[in-house]
Amino acid sequence: MAPKDSDRDPKELYQERTQRIADAAALKETDRVPYIYATRFWNAKLADMTCKDTMYDVEKSISSNRKAIELLQPDAFGAANYAYGGALEKLDYHPLEWPGGGAADDVCFQYIDKELIVPAEYDEYLFDPTAFYLQKYLPRIATGFEGLKHFPNFPTLSEWNIVYNLRAFANPELQESFKTLMEVGEMVDHSMTRMTEFIKEMMEAGYPMAIGGFCKAPYDHIVDFLRGSKGGMLDMFRHKDKLLETIDKARLLLNTNVVEGAQRVGCPYVFIPLHWGLDGFMSPDQFNEFYWPSLRQTIHDLIEAEMTPVILWEGDCTTRLEFIGDIPPGKAIYWFERTDLHTAKDVLGDIVCLRGNVSPSLLNTGTADEVDAYCKDLIEYVGKGGGFMLDGAASITDEAPIENIVAMAESVHKYANN
Amino acid sequence: MSNDKHDKLVNLIADMEEDEALALTQELIDEGAEPTSILEICRAAMDIVGQRFEANEYFVPELILAGEVLDQMSAMVKPLIADTTEEDDKVDSGTVLIGTVHGDLHDIGKNIVTFMLDVNGYNVIDLGIDVSPQAFIDAIKEKSPEIVGLSGFLTLAFDSMKETVEAIDEAGLRDVVKIMIGGGQVDEQILKYTGADSFGLNAMSAVNQCKEWIGEAA
Repeated sequence: MAPKDSDRDPKELYQERTQRIADAAALKETDRVPYIYATRFWNAKLADMTCKDTMYDVEKSISSNRKAIELLQPDAFGAANYAYGGALEKLDYHPLEWPGGGAADDVCFQYIDKELIVPAEYDEYLFDPTAFYLQKYLPRIATGFEGLKHFPNFPTLSEWNIVYNLRAFANPELQESFKTLMEVGEMVDHSMTRMTEFIKEMMEAGYPMAIGGFCKAPYDHIVDFLRGSKGGMLDMFRHKDKLLETIDKARLLLNTNVVEGAQRVGCPYVFIPLHWGLDGFMSPDQFNEFYWPSLRQTIHDLIEAEMTPVILWEGDCTTRLEFIGDIPPGKAIYWFERTDLHTAKDVLGDIVCLRGNVSPSLLNTGTADEVDAYCKDLIEYVGKGGGFMLDGAASITDEAPIENIVAMAESVHKYANN
Repeated sequence: MSNDKHDKLVNLIADMEEDEALALTQELIDEGAEPTSILEICRAAMDIVGQRFEANEYFVPELILAGEVLDQMSAMVKPLIADTTEEDDKVDSGTVLIGTVHGDLHDIGKNIVTFMLDVNGYNVIDLGIDVSPQAFIDAIKEKSPEIVGLSGFLTLAFDSMKETVEAIDEAGLRDVVKIMIGGGQVDEQILKYTGADSFGLNAMSAVNQCKEWIGEAA
């Protein structure tokens, strides 16, 4: 490993790394390009575990993440904790197949593309999203939620009707759901409590958190979790006005509590992974009608609240570059997966900090020397003058050879960006 | 029957005017139009849709909607057609075997490619998702496709594609099929890694690759 920081005072390192990340985000020149650690299951590979091991045992998730962070010494870390396999199993959660739960033991979890609400239900969602979720949506996505269909819709009730409707809580199906959810809640609480303790341990060891909150682009949320890919695309033609109305509503709902959550953990970086706005999937006109306006509003709202949105632009978004610079300069991070970062630097370098993008093909099938050369180029061109964070194209790929990831992490210590 | 109405229907489908296209289809059926002539209209319209997709005027949402319109028109017309006609359409056209490689459960990209190959006249056999190398081999032996398409979204698909290509080779079938790969993060480097013959970034590149390898479909 290149220049080690391990002998230095962790508090000093924490301050130094925190400032380096903040300066890069603010487009200020830094002493070197920062490197961020993020992955889904590479930590399991590093620790000779299966993906299932880390999904079912939070201690294994923690020990493998600790091993990865100590090896790579990143400037910030996004702890990959998916140790909710037991909870998902107990809940019988349908939208996901995960290692040990439908998928093989050593592959990443995968979302199942499915139409979960029909167009006629847009109005129900718009009128009362809470009731719609409790009584219809949640029972569709997990067996453990099924009893919630009996949950009384209290805002529709008045006077003695509130009391009469308490009878619902004697319903065996609702009671069964409550019992399941209490057990699942304990499992999730245990995993999150242990992970919170681990995050604190890593912060005390000198490593700042890379992500303090999570949000979604409203259109993505509708496609991913409500209408499915086919429905979400057809609605652009068949239910355009209702789709636009739902995008507005979803934006307000999704943004609720994001700022408070990030403030609570003391980390201003809000992660927003994007799924459907990339080149090829929708036209520039569709992007500018259904996708970008609501996402831009989310970005503006987060910036207004002194958050730093970290937008992961999945796929190739080259044709979007001319539109997406319409945000306050130095206040967000655009993490590009497949968009050429040289081009992005040329177009957006004065507006937004860039992050990425060592390709999965290189990380998985290239040599350490090839990774090193690729990183050198990114650091020297994209990092020039500041405003760049080195990372994989969409984090570290699960299958990447260890020496390739080490080469990526080391490169920020080897090559100057000025 | 007026050719004006035929031209109008072609344009309505190609312009994504779903309701009007379906209404005019019904009108033509009511006027006694030859059902096969309406299927010809569908093909002419899809040629335009394909051209607009290739020219970056249309994108995936338009393909999905065009597919929906075609499905509905077929449902209206096919009960009126003799049983043999449908298969006759694809006699002697090339056969493409397609599937998402093992370990990967994603199918959106594969389905779009399947649809575009289908509307371009190829006989497409879709093996679905999480397809093992052996399942590809069995289907190659049984169906004798000219082309095999391996799809994958996740990075684990790199190795699954490589294993599938190697298994096809070991089964002695590598010389009888061309293999194209696509989806997610597949690129030139992964093409070399897997030993496939070609990779594509979108559905039209798959169609064009098939045309190059086995010519225009019937």
